[in-house]
Amino acid sequence: MTALALPTRKQEEWRYSDLEAVASIWPTPAPTRIDVAAGETSRHHLLQDASEGAAAVHDYVITIADGARCDFHVLNIGGKLGRVTFKVTLGKGSHFELNGAIIGGGDQVLEIITSVTHAEPDATSGQTIRSILGQRATGSYLGSINVARDAQRTDAFQSVKAMLLDRTATANAKPELEIYADDVKCAHGATVGELDRQALFYMASRGMDPATAKTLLLKAFVAGVFDDVADEAVKDRLEAAALAKLEDLV
Amino acid sequence: MLTIENLANEIDGKAILKGLSLSINAGEVHAIMGPNGAGKSTLAYTLGGRPGYEVTGGAASLDGVNLFSMEPHERAAAGLFLGFQYPVEIPGVSNLQFLRESLNSQRKARGQEPLSGGEFIKLAKEKAGLLGLDMEMLKRPVNVGFSGGEKKRAEMVQMGILDPKMAILDETDSGLDIDALKIVGAGINAIMRKPDKAVLLITHYQRLLDYVKPDYVHVLAGGRIVKSGGPELALELEREGYAEVVAA
Repeated sequence: MTALALPTRKQEEWRYSDLEAVASIWPTPAPTRIDVAAGETSRHHLLQDASEGAAAVHDYVITIADGARCDFHVLNIGGKLGRVTFKVTLGKGSHFELNGAIIGGGDQVLEIITSVTHAEPDATSGQTIRSILGQRATGSYLGSINVARDAQRTDAFQSVKAMLLDRTATANAKPELEIYADDVKCAHGATVGELDRQALFYMASRGMDPATAKTLLLKAFVAGVFDDVADEAVKDRLEAAALAKLEDLV
Repeated sequence: MLTIENLANEIDGKAILKGLSLSINAGEVHAIMGPNGAGKSTLAYTLGGRPGYEVTGGAASLDGVNLFSMEPHERAAAGLFLGFQYPVEIPGVSNLQFLRESLNSQRKARGQEPLSGGEFIKLAKEKAGLLGLDMEMLKRPVNVGFSGGEKKRAEMVQMGILDPKMAILDETDSGLDIDALKIVGAGINAIMRKPDKAVLLITHYQRLLDYVKPDYVHVLAGGRIVKSGGPELALELEREGYAEVVAA
């Protein structure tokens, strides 16, 4: 058995990564497997808040059986490199829902990479990603949806929005569709923007200091990502971590 | 209270205000009228500190404090309120959250304790009631989906809650039907017609002045005040038009 070769930038899913940081922890741990049995509902979350300068790679391989459902919430904020990947295979009539937020500053490289395969008919999937990037941070979402020939009536969407706080920050958004069936609904949208200057002046004119105003606008931007976390304690923890990171950034 | 001396400014290198002087005492209501493009909104934004409105000459002070040495949020904490002609929509931020953060930011800047949630809601209810605005509206995102009239009423609720010393209201009457105009006019009087406060109304039309009676009326044209007078000047403008009065 030979050791796995280090990834290179020629590989699409590593194109925007921090390969030096990856090398420092290579080989990365084996993927976490999640198998959702037929008809079951399974909820998961990840708070990726590795310490400053650390590299963290989390790989998930998720199989969702017929009629089952998997909800995943991820907050990706920690480390020099924070990379979270999902390889998802959907059974007949199943559902996968990913809600994720990336919040980065300094020289952080934070990534969410997904590959969602609709292998059988009537499955649905939704991916909503919001990124906030300041200073020289890079945030990437690379997501492919693959619809097999038999996977008729697939309904899938990807919604990706990024907010840049500084001109030196970078957002990469790459939704991709590969479709072999003919009765399919796939929607994807990606936007990259900046804080609304008019809103900031309006808030200032009412007396709000700039940091409070920015934080409020950014909270509104990521609001919704953690709305449907079922466990209130988990929800509070994710929201508090997101807010603390935002307050560090502005 | 508000003193403006020889104010000149530029937007994108173009001179708009060209030596504007105006003095407003506590207890007074002044109205500035003028044709399109005279610089009325520019005056409001310049005093409020909107980015891009560069002061190139002159001075302005609020109670003796140089306005231009303060950031926009500091001017608000010092008691300045700017009513917007086009209030800005802020999706995802409720009016209540927006106002509570604003008020508490101002209080903090003045060294006062923040209002508690309960105290704030009580205040918001009182001021919303004054303007006939449903509290449910204040739970919605700032100005999102509000009609023109609702936006202007919400602005006056904001003014009531923030309780400024000096309000500059930029075409607060635009987009209002007659009933809303009466309510907004009564709101301005109730909140600002006090011996220790002052108002600068910027308007195209006489009709708001039927409800908020000004002590002085000024005509702004070509970046300067070209004529000043009492309330009768507004009626004269309405009757004869700006061209006639400015030329006279």
